[in-house]
Amino acid sequence: MSENKEALVEKVREFEERTGHTVDSYPGDPNNTASILGERRRLSEPLNEADAERQMFVRSRRSFLTAGAAAVAGILGWSWLSSETKAHLYRRAFEFNERVSRIFFRPEHLAKEFPPESISAIRTNGMEGLEAEVDLAAWRLAVGGLAGRTDDLLLTLDDIKKLPRIEMITEMKCIEGWSIIAHWAGARFSDFVAAYPPQAPPFLSGQNVNDRQELPPYVSIATPDEKYFVGWDTPSIMHPQTLLAYEMNGEPLKPENGAPLRVASPTKYGIKLIKRIGRIEFTNERPRDFWAEYGYDWYSGH
Amino acid sequence: MQKRLDKKHPLAIRWLHWINFPFISLMIWSGLLIYWANPVYGIRIFGYELFKFFPQSFYDLLGIRFRLAEGMQIHFFFMWLFAVNGLVYVVYLIVSGEWRAILPVPGSLKRALNVALYDVRIVKKAPPRGKYNDAQRIAYMSVILMGAGSVLTGIAIYKPLQLSWLTALFGGYEWARWLHFWLTICFVLFFLVHIVQVALAGWRNFNSMITGVEIVDVSSKSPRPGVTTEEAPS
Repeated sequence: MSENKEALVEKVREFEERTGHTVDSYPGDPNNTASILGERRRLSEPLNEADAERQMFVRSRRSFLTAGAAAVAGILGWSWLSSETKAHLYRRAFEFNERVSRIFFRPEHLAKEFPPESISAIRTNGMEGLEAEVDLAAWRLAVGGLAGRTDDLLLTLDDIKKLPRIEMITEMKCIEGWSIIAHWAGARFSDFVAAYPPQAPPFLSGQNVNDRQELPPYVSIATPDEKYFVGWDTPSIMHPQTLLAYEMNGEPLKPENGAPLRVASPTKYGIKLIKRIGRIEFTNERPRDFWAEYGYDWYSGH
Repeated sequence: MQKRLDKKHPLAIRWLHWINFPFISLMIWSGLLIYWANPVYGIRIFGYELFKFFPQSFYDLLGIRFRLAEGMQIHFFFMWLFAVNGLVYVVYLIVSGEWRAILPVPGSLKRALNVALYDVRIVKKAPPRGKYNDAQRIAYMSVILMGAGSVLTGIAIYKPLQLSWLTALFGGYEWARWLHFWLTICFVLFFLVHIVQVALAGWRNFNSMITGVEIVDVSSKSPRPGVTTEEAPS
């Protein structure tokens, strides 16, 4: 370092003090890329070595203590939370995410439909509620929460097949992270609702007449043995691509794929696409959900 | 010998940088817990698998198996903190003008190559630099874009129906997941190089990311890396 350069540092500083503005860059300096975008320089007063080291030590001590305190507070604070509190926090986060998702939910947003050659091999997962043999002849679909009755309505598969038949080739996404493309045939859940209208939720006093809901906010669906059960929010289940499906890839459902009737929909993860439906209930209470009780997202919506 | 205490990293940059560390660590960790449930990626050449992400021993060592629900809980909680912290960081870069130090400029690629050659002692003279050298400019800008990419591919996997246009932008659900995974691998690689480079750069440099100031020998060739005083107005 020449005396010359040291003097230049001083000159810059003097210039800055005298004119009151900082020298932002050094246009045209080939050895300094700071000049290209005009990076700001932050030169400070030269100090003798002892002063500089002492000031640096004081600064370092202060900063490291602050940083250390922040790190320790973060780690201790987090480990101080009980696992119940964390579980609660995570559930609240899922519920918050659900509220955000539902703001953006539009029934007219449709999932992509694929050409027949995209159909992938069937991948069977989840046998909860399917352990017993299914007697297709004796099977009935029980429907609870319908308008004008307190007991369950019992329907046959033919009753469902009388509803308009819808076919779709859509992507089924497992919560594990894989996906398959399958060809489904069945009735739209919304057509089912139109044919068998549920009891409207009670009109609360003080409620705005425009906020009156025609449909209960939730649907609960369970296997005949009630060992598997899912809860759906009404907007997702009324989505035009949510089907009560009775055929998969051109054939009636096989027992392991949910015979005789299952939910097929690209609106939620596979855990919500319950197989071998035994009972459907329209309800004003948020229904229990098999996997939500193991800590998964109740909404699980796409 | 005289020394100066030059301001190097603004307070906001330091806090945002360090806060990001636990958040991205938790995102990667919970991502692993999720990925385990469908671990399909690997490095394959002509159908031969060179490396599988990940070997069974890796999962056993870290105790990753059968923790999908926990992984999703952590991932979908900390995603907000990670994204908000990253957004504040980007806004701060823009507003404060700090972007000038990390935006690659014409010639950056060439000079970055020279930085690499200089680092491995093939080239004797360090290429010109500003606050950061051009390899750093490219690396730091890339890591910001990677963060944005992780958030966007993540959203594309999370809401593939309601935001199907975004999922389609990444080539569909499967490709979005693939990208999300590889961006994470890139983050880990960045992190490893970053740690090595910080270790090589020495204590003063590391200390400046904590304190904000770097102690500089006035007698050194350059008063602060890259900022020479040759063209100072006289």
